[in-house]
Amino acid sequence: MSESNEMTLIASKGTLDWAYPPFILASTGIAMGKHVTVFCTFYGLNLLLKDLSHLRISPQGNPDMPMKMPFGPKWFQSIDFGQKIPNFLWSIPGLELFATKMMKKTFKNNGMASIEELRKICIEMGVKFIACEMTMGMFGFSREDFIEGIEFAGAATYLDVAHKSNQDLFI
Amino acid sequence: MAHQTLDMCGYACPMPILKTKQALASMKSKEVIEVICTDQGSKKDFIAFCNQLGHKLISQRDEGNKIIFNIEKN
Repeated sequence: MSESNEMTLIASKGTLDWAYPPFILASTGIAMGKHVTVFCTFYGLNLLLKDLSHLRISPQGNPDMPMKMPFGPKWFQSIDFGQKIPNFLWSIPGLELFATKMMKKTFKNNGMASIEELRKICIEMGVKFIACEMTMGMFGFSREDFIEGIEFAGAATYLDVAHKSNQDLFI
Repeated sequence: MAHQTLDMCGYACPMPILKTKQALASMKSKEVIEVICTDQGSKKDFIAFCNQLGHKLISQRDEGNKIIFNIEKN
């Protein structure tokens, strides 16, 4: 076992798909006996908002995203629409919302917890969240927009924690 | 014989590990928990989990698509 018992993550993305890795790694880190701090900056601030229902995936400009339908017969479910649909078509209004719904259903079919559930577990288990105060100001958020029990601070606070840690991940 | 059984069938990573961690917190040292899950990745994950925290993975067996772990709390 390593000497340091600290682990830190920087969560910098705010889409539904990218919301998973920080919460999965943070909660698993705690389960493995670590002290975990997650610094949420730029779009990662979205992960700390009271309401998470607006999180979406964006197939546009994301040509590697596998797009398989979570319903229908097996042959239909095996088609990867991500490879077949020209990427610019995803700019048609409503398609992003549809893709988000399909992705949520796929998550559910595969036994994945919802983002709300995962975040709740993270907080219960003692993951420490820091919201980047600078980006909050820049994006026009106020403290009331965020969940209770988080810290508001800047890069120096994060780096001070990361200094004692030997596992730091940028997501 | 396990003191507690945790059924995590149908749940994906990291839920089996998280729920096991939470269940172990309410147990005494040397007590055994039986975890049943269907997440294939958990086979290696439970080894790492026990290794890191000093719990003893007494047994691991497959039953159909289910994997059954017996873990003794350290």
